[in-house]
Amino acid sequence: MGRITLDKVTKSFGDVEVIPPLDLTIEDGEFTVFVGPSGCGKSTLLRLIAGLEDISSGQIRIDGNDATHVPPSKRGLAMVFQSYALYPHMSVRKNIAFPLRMAKLDKAEQDRRVDQAAAVLNLADYLDRKPGQLSGGQRQRVAIGRAIVREPSAFLFDEPLSNLDAALRVGMRMEISELHKKLATTMVYVTHDQVEAMTMADKIVVLRAGHIEQVGSPLELYHNPRNLFVAGFIGSPTMNLISGPEAAKRDATTIGIRPEHITVSDKKGEWKGVVGVSEHLGSDTFFHIHDTGLAETITVRAGGEVGFRHGDTVHLTPREDVMHRFDAQGLRIA
Amino acid sequence: MARSVTSQRKAINTAVAWAVGLLIFFPILWTILTSFKTEAQAINDPPLFLFFDWTLENYTVVQERSNYMRFLWNSVFIAGGSTILGVMIAIPAAWSMAFVPSKRTKDILLWMLSTKMLPAVGVLYPIYLIFIQFGLLDSRLGLVIVLMLINLPIIVWMLYTYFREIPGEILEAARMDGATLREEILYVLTPMAIPGIASTLLLNFILAWNEAFWTLNLTAAKAAPLTAFIASYSSPEGLFYAKLSAASTMAIAPILVLGWFSQKQLVRGLTFGAVK
Repeated sequence: MGRITLDKVTKSFGDVEVIPPLDLTIEDGEFTVFVGPSGCGKSTLLRLIAGLEDISSGQIRIDGNDATHVPPSKRGLAMVFQSYALYPHMSVRKNIAFPLRMAKLDKAEQDRRVDQAAAVLNLADYLDRKPGQLSGGQRQRVAIGRAIVREPSAFLFDEPLSNLDAALRVGMRMEISELHKKLATTMVYVTHDQVEAMTMADKIVVLRAGHIEQVGSPLELYHNPRNLFVAGFIGSPTMNLISGPEAAKRDATTIGIRPEHITVSDKKGEWKGVVGVSEHLGSDTFFHIHDTGLAETITVRAGGEVGFRHGDTVHLTPREDVMHRFDAQGLRIA
Repeated sequence: MARSVTSQRKAINTAVAWAVGLLIFFPILWTILTSFKTEAQAINDPPLFLFFDWTLENYTVVQERSNYMRFLWNSVFIAGGSTILGVMIAIPAAWSMAFVPSKRTKDILLWMLSTKMLPAVGVLYPIYLIFIQFGLLDSRLGLVIVLMLINLPIIVWMLYTYFREIPGEILEAARMDGATLREEILYVLTPMAIPGIASTLLLNFILAWNEAFWTLNLTAAKAAPLTAFIASYSSPEGLFYAKLSAASTMAIAPILVLGWFSQKQLVRGLTFGAVK
């Protein structure tokens, strides 16, 4: 119902190639997240799938059918935009019904589907309002409503939560995940926020400069990053990446160790350092340790009750069994 | 922070604004006053301002001598027709320039505007010949086409400016929602640009209404609009100021009323997008 295949897809704007040849398959019903720093081509890739941009070469198939030259209106996909892109002159009801009206569905069926979507999204009381009279979260729900009524074969989300405040974002994240469980429809979601990617995705596609750096489940990426870029991008706070003699000692150019895999003690340990900034989150505390003799500042996660102060000398012990090793090219050493 | 303005300053500003306003309005006022004078009073020296024998004689003469309604209808048809036709052509043109611009879009816009810098008389001869060839002389259709063409650059420019204010994502959303290009323009773009389109319609209706060069040169009797009606009261000899004024007043009255009622819309449209 919603299997999307990209086959050697490229995209150039003039002489600038933003997407070098790229292959990717998004399975039916999967929640796939494109993540990467800004300018990595993730939104462009989504727009290529939507048909809002033409691909320069290659092929896009939706459910096995060649969709490369099919206009966006005929691809059977629905999209939710960062700016919501609601029609300001139409009421919420008309906004949600718009795709149905374009599909020439009869009025009764339109109303039935709009009411159903409004019930799912808690919009029933707002159907007669204009988008301008709604809050950001409500507007985003209308945009989602407009997407679900047409029962698309896949949903495309282009950074849909970026315009919302932090608290609302967490709520909407859950709503979208919930919606995915309920509809079991393919969703492709673009974000620069790796927390969103980790919490929502079945499959994460990490992109950099149009290249796919790694594809995998959130935990696969977390535990087995293929290269330094993925290692540094996935996880918050980021993995400690250490090069120099400590890495050489372990036959690597760079070693990576996650903050939760380092024990901190005031008595003994492998590395000695001084506590800098501490971030107290209540459940956890993150200590930033410097003057360890390593080039990098080391971030360590400890329990919320651990109470070292700024300037205290501490000892650190990394867990060797979960340490990541990377070669000179930045690739993981098995 | 609001700037404080002293009441003295305010009074001066008000006086200056009124003075400028009256100066601009004076010729129209003088025309209207003259239309109520006798021909002799109209050329009186010193000129008579308000104290003369008010008479409707000129209006009666004008009414008897020519069929005002026919001229009025021609004006409405030509101005209305050329404006509507122009907007129908300009909406897709402005859409493409605003939403799928190419490297040459700016050049095309400038080129279109540059045609307005050409003296109209420079192309009178070829257009006159084309009109003869196609049997368009003294026809309303011919004037609709010519006035549409000469106002088209302005219509496209205005609509282009309004369309640029509309976020492209909304049109993309319409495309994703299954709208064809025609539906996208009809149901999404046009309703959103209504204030801009309305003021474009108004301004171009006024421009076409007031157009004299082409209407005088390309019409004789059948298709002559109100501009030709005015001109027919100017004569090389005899007294005609009062009658000419009466004819002018009758010609500008409809557009004056239209302008008065739509001034809010006009100002809003012309400053659209300047203030968010």
